Amino acid sequence: MSTATLHPSQESAATRVVQTLLRSRELAIVIVLALILVVATTRRSSFVFSADGWRDTLLAPSILLLLAVGQMVVVVTRNVDLSVGSTLGITAYATGKIFVSNPETSVLVVFAAGLALGAVVGALNGLLVTVFKVPALVITLGTMYVLRGALTHEVGSDRMTAGDYPAHFEKLGNQQVLTIPVLTIIALVVVALVGYYLHTARGGRELYAIGSDPDAADLYGLPSGRRVLGAFVLCGALAGLAGVFSAARYATAFSGTGSGIELQAVAAVVIGGVAIFGGSGTVWGAAIGAFLLVTINRALPILGISEFWQGAVVGALIIGSIVLDRVLSIRRTHKLVEARDHA
Amino acid sequence: MRINSKRFAAGAALALVASLGLAACGSDDNGSGGGDGGDITVTFLPKNLGNPYFDTSDAGGEKAVKEFGGTYDEVGPDTAGPDAQVSFIDTAAAQGIKGLVVSANDPTALCDSLDAARDAGTKVVTFDSDTDAECRDLFINQATSEGIAKVQVDMIAEQIGDAGEIAILSAAANATNQNAWIKLMEEELKSHPDIKLVDTVYGDDDDQTSFDKTAALLADHPNLKGIISPTTVGISAAARYLSTSKSKGKVFLTGLGTPNQMRDYVKDGTVKEFALWNPADLGYLAAYATKALVDGDITGAEGDKFTAGDLGEFTVGENGSVLLGDPYRFNAENIDDFDF
Repeated sequence: MSTATLHPSQESAATRVVQTLLRSRELAIVIVLALILVVATTRRSSFVFSADGWRDTLLAPSILLLLAVGQMVVVVTRNVDLSVGSTLGITAYATGKIFVSNPETSVLVVFAAGLALGAVVGALNGLLVTVFKVPALVITLGTMYVLRGALTHEVGSDRMTAGDYPAHFEKLGNQQVLTIPVLTIIALVVVALVGYYLHTARGGRELYAIGSDPDAADLYGLPSGRRVLGAFVLCGALAGLAGVFSAARYATAFSGTGSGIELQAVAAVVIGGVAIFGGSGTVWGAAIGAFLLVTINRALPILGISEFWQGAVVGALIIGSIVLDRVLSIRRTHKLVEARDHA
Repeated sequence: MRINSKRFAAGAALALVASLGLAACGSDDNGSGGGDGGDITVTFLPKNLGNPYFDTSDAGGEKAVKEFGGTYDEVGPDTAGPDAQVSFIDTAAAQGIKGLVVSANDPTALCDSLDAARDAGTKVVTFDSDTDAECRDLFINQATSEGIAKVQVDMIAEQIGDAGEIAILSAAANATNQNAWIKLMEEELKSHPDIKLVDTVYGDDDDQTSFDKTAALLADHPNLKGIISPTTVGISAAARYLSTSKSKGKVFLTGLGTPNQMRDYVKDGTVKEFALWNPADLGYLAAYATKALVDGDITGAEGDKFTAGDLGEFTVGENGSVLLGDPYRFNAENIDDFDF
């Protein structure tokens, strides 16, 4: 008890940053992502080095980026949100409804509406999970179907087409500032803000604490319910924003918009090194995971891999990253045990 | 022994409600089963709800059903999948529906359910996408596959000057009609020796997937001159990508689309011309064919003749199929005459 188990590092700040980076789980996926980009670009330089290729490389992941960040915040608390695809579909369609009733509506209003609508869905999920203490997997599986059913009931066989979205909104789906697509810039700002909050803020750290041991967090007096609710609200709001993104990019929405994308969001989070049982992982990891997932799907045809194998490749990637996590965690445990025995 | 009166009352109420409900079901069965030649109940089962193509075709069906005084209904799954329609077929059969009009997501997966429905007395008519011929009474063919393949190859040949690389953006890899058309287009392309089909990709009739596959096609084939997308979802997603891409005006896009989805892209010059039949007429014909079967005017045998309201007289061809007519080409001159 008397000997301090922790003492300040004697290495310089720069060395520590480099060492943390080298040891980080994120580095592995960055390397895979870089490899894919390099190989695809060698095969076809236009994959990155053409106006359309450059734009698509950055723009295509923007929707999944938002979903992955939201999902990561929920997963880190040892929960999951499967309803994000339905939320995305609802806001993508609602965006069209808003524009049909008034084509002059400002883009900012639509963004705010998407965020608010998504936050309401997130709050509903969060309340159900925290009040009734039912596993989020079951609750959000339920809300996923309820919301999709409600959307299909409301929309029927109607569909928003390019004619329903005004030109200024459709342009946004494609607009670039210094060759960087606007949607990507917004998504990256979200990644940075949420990542910074989770890394440094008290509330963010508490999310990790709740995820690694919910009972201990309760005993310690952390406001678990409030924090988990907050995580769901954020996840829902970002899914809502992703719906607006989807409408801007694809200029269409119908009752099936976004179905299945919730699993991609979970996959991105897992590939990004976020533990599915909560308590560890980073927003950066989830973001890179989303980037990797989308880029792989774009690159495989160029690498000459039949599209029927694309699902298999993504599956292998998920299994591979889980195995990697397991190996790393066993090694870490060994090291910690060794350190304890030597002390 | 005391009886818990509250619980007893609740139990009695439950039993009463249940028996009322059962009685209601019973009387309903009697009503529809007994009225011979009376109300013709026709249920439309599209591949999925939320598809404007089936919206239009089923509206045509509803119009026809109203004309002959039947009862119209539409049911269907949210998303198209091989066995997603099975439960809807079972329900329709259990309800004793007289006629079921189906666009099949899979040629064989529905057969057991359809056979059970037909054994229960329901007439089964497929439209747009057929099942195996043994599992239905009639197939309403929107156009011959040969006609569809030919019009698409003709359009792309005219647009790219009868020479260069082309690719196909299809729906699901197991979609019956898509694969039949692709095979015939490959045949048709043999008479265009300078056109080379370099790739066929599958967008799963999903906006996002089709959009991303279009991007991949353009990136993967720098010399591509044309894309044929024989699916309404695929062609509009491809048009959306093309309209925002540097390839706009260089890569020509054609295929099967609906005027409302393609209007903006025809007007901004992304797409010159595309084709389709009139889905409303297709649904209308399917409804009248169902009526003719239910009334016993036809049995689905080759050579049977029936009249379909405003569309006139039709003859059942081989394999129990009825042909609607030739595909129609939409372009900047005529697109504003249509709204579906």
